[in-house]
Amino acid sequence: MGSLGDLERGVMDVLWDADHPLTAYDIKDAIEASRGRELAATTVLTVLSRLEKKGLVDPDKSVRPHRYAAIGSRAEHQAELMHEVLVDSGDRSAVLARFVGGVSDEDAAFLRSLLG
Amino acid sequence: MDIPALSSAVALAFVAIFLAWPAPIVLSRAAWPARAPARALILWQIIALAGGFSMIGALWLIFDAVFPGHPWLSGVPAAALAIYLLAHLVITVSRFERQRRRHLQLLLLLSEPDPTRKRTVVLDDSAPVAYCLPRGVGSVTVLSKGLFDALDEDELAAVIAHERAHVEQRHEVLLVSFKAWRSALPWFPIAARAEGEVEVLVEMLADDHARRTQPDAVLARAILQVGRVQAESGAAGRSRQMDRFRRLAG
Repeated sequence: MGSLGDLERGVMDVLWDADHPLTAYDIKDAIEASRGRELAATTVLTVLSRLEKKGLVDPDKSVRPHRYAAIGSRAEHQAELMHEVLVDSGDRSAVLARFVGGVSDEDAAFLRSLLG
Repeated sequence: MDIPALSSAVALAFVAIFLAWPAPIVLSRAAWPARAPARALILWQIIALAGGFSMIGALWLIFDAVFPGHPWLSGVPAAALAIYLLAHLVITVSRFERQRRRHLQLLLLLSEPDPTRKRTVVLDDSAPVAYCLPRGVGSVTVLSKGLFDALDEDELAAVIAHERAHVEQRHEVLLVSFKAWRSALPWFPIAARAEGEVEVLVEMLADDHARRTQPDAVLARAILQVGRVQAESGAAGRSRQMDRFRRLAG
């Protein structure tokens, strides 16, 4: 794809997999290695700045070159996402439409009886 | 005081009260909506819209009857109510769109686009989940790896058809409208009941879309695989939720 959203995911993947803050060049190299395609350093910096505005990346500008780290692990963000989907909340039905949420024991027994 | 005008004002007020109270109660207790969810949803929308308009109209007529000769002034309370209801709708719509966008932002970072299905992403999670973010053109359907593991081809087709119905039929417009209605009139217990009814009726419509291509047994199996079986919640609208599953007996 190579779209901006695709690159944001690529950058976050690299940061989430890293165990220490990385420079934009480290990130660029990692993405190029995994995608087999060249990436401009300015593109990486643009993506990093967007992610910073979204509160997902924490830049350390006290060192040169600047180093970047993810705010929150992948697992933490995934748990937050799943929580929004699975936990019954008043707002949830207006935000997203699930196939099915909770099924009572009674209803489950009824459905099983349909299957013969 | 203009007595003939006052009597028509009172008549309209009775219409408003009828639409706000006994009509929704009767509809929420009826059994037929499970057999004709689309018709029931139309009726709910009529009740809500007619209820709102008759409230506004009754307010105008009452003030006009009590203070005849001040046509513009007597319209102020009615206009205020209309603006209040409209403002709640706008605020609620933008609130939920903001939440959807925030969820979508995180979702796109944690999922991969589905290689074979348009506007669909796959979440790397072992829990079987299927949902959609209905936002018109920007709608996204979300399936998890756990879902692919848990369901066979037919069950998956049923689930995807169900979600597609939510997106194509723009159910979020109805759901958000009734949420706005409820937040604008918190002293109406009926508004909460209406919202609960609309939620389940919309699920029935989506199930019907899936039933066009898959037998009920397939849908039932998919529900058992994806649904989290738990002790009865005792929530309001519970019997209508039961209807959603009972109607799959064909």
